[in-house]
Amino acid sequence: MCGIVGLHLRNPGLYPRLGELLSGMLCEMGDRGSDSAGVAVYGDPTLSPPGHGCVSVLEVEPAAETIGNALGTDVAVARYDNTYLLSADVDSQTLLHAVRTVHPDALIAGFGADMAVLKGVGHPRVLTESWGLAKAEGWQGVGHTRMATESAVDPAGCHPYAVGPEQCMVHNGSFANHATIRRELRRTGVRFDSENDTEVGARFIAQQLAAGRDVESALKELCAVFDGFYTLLVSNRDSFAVVRDAIACKPAVIAETDDWVAMASEYRALAGLPGVSTAKIWEPEPEVVYAWTR
Amino acid sequence: MDTLTAFDLATVPLREVNSALHAPGLTGDVMIANPAGAHNVAVGVDAPIRVTIDGHVGYYAAGMNQQAEITINGNAGTGVAENMMSGTVWVRGNASQSAGATAHGGLLVIEGNAAARCGISMKGVDIVVGGDIGHMGAFMAQAGRLVVRGNAGEALGDSIYEARLYVRGEVASLGADCVAKPMRAEHLAELADLLRAAGFDDDPTEYTRYGSARNLYHFHVDNASSY
Repeated sequence: MCGIVGLHLRNPGLYPRLGELLSGMLCEMGDRGSDSAGVAVYGDPTLSPPGHGCVSVLEVEPAAETIGNALGTDVAVARYDNTYLLSADVDSQTLLHAVRTVHPDALIAGFGADMAVLKGVGHPRVLTESWGLAKAEGWQGVGHTRMATESAVDPAGCHPYAVGPEQCMVHNGSFANHATIRRELRRTGVRFDSENDTEVGARFIAQQLAAGRDVESALKELCAVFDGFYTLLVSNRDSFAVVRDAIACKPAVIAETDDWVAMASEYRALAGLPGVSTAKIWEPEPEVVYAWTR
Repeated sequence: MDTLTAFDLATVPLREVNSALHAPGLTGDVMIANPAGAHNVAVGVDAPIRVTIDGHVGYYAAGMNQQAEITINGNAGTGVAENMMSGTVWVRGNASQSAGATAHGGLLVIEGNAAARCGISMKGVDIVVGGDIGHMGAFMAQAGRLVVRGNAGEALGDSIYEARLYVRGEVASLGADCVAKPMRAEHLAELADLLRAAGFDDDPTEYTRYGSARNLYHFHVDNASSY
């Protein structure tokens, strides 16, 4: 199964509650699989200091001083359970390059401005508590709770996959032709961290966006190229998009009010959102891209 | 349980509520508040009671119903009224995929839209949908009637055995072995009855009937690509 959730806030008055609302949504989906979980939080000034490049790292404890020396500026490292959040007064790609140079084996969970990715193996209730997610604020968050099918239960197999700047993807389902597409992407020089099918989708989208496509046409292209079952939530610093495959057997519910847009695998994840009783609620149509920007 | 019994799912565990609904000799009315999208609400009821669920429900709500009149004041998730045997399940909002799946009898009314695979493998149930249905409606339907007041998505009635499908709006495409059929007097009459039972007064002549061409009943090598 797997459960996915996303919350895109329109009303700044709700920004302080992002983490609390996202935690509630994600934990409610824990019944759909709870071997791993992860979130991306956009706009929390502690997790991702404004004006700084941010990189999320797993598996290797980053040597802040060595990376700082390589960059010629201070690098801050904060630990959230098994995720290290690095930030520095440089753009995120420069920081990422320095991290990769110093730690070639580090697993990069995400990078960008105003975005922090936290993920790991374990139940979402345990993980969100260890991250203190309920205290996080911001304008947008996405989350995933995993029941592994296509690759191992390890940090590299956890969602979200945040492989392009400020980009993030979570997936419920399984891609059938991911090995073929991974080979094709590798041939064009794309680097992979795992054998996970979703990572292939995320790297495909990142390549499309890097080539200048907008998220809507990138997702249309994904629908044309990828075979399998999927409900996808793809976020960027300022956007939030949902698409389902043609068969649409993987569930999805979208709810929208003047204050927020939210998406989840099941309605019960949305039941605690403020004002949900008057929200417009619908199920996304197959192969239709729904996108919002702020 | 003779008069009104009320449960609040915000405070009472679902299993307790469902157990109470399975007690022998039940009559009267039951109100269930705050379902908050929970799965399996009011499943397996077999008593002549009226159950009102006030809010949105998750998967398999009112599944396996017998005798009861169950109303959902909200949307329903996957498989509402799946395998219903008798009684009525009435959804005031929209229903997700596989509404009325494999149901043998009774009446399922969805006032809003139903998503994909509505009436999949239906075995005798009557389903009336106020709005549109998604793709693969009545997939492998075996018996019963499906009425759609709006449009139907792709592959309507794919691999249908029997069952009569009445659609007022557009059909995106028909599935294998599903064909349009003439509306004879008995069809107009049964459609009028179904619409009336669901509280609608449409003109039955606006509908088209679809059903099985019966070409796939027995294996024939010329049809190999259609099986």
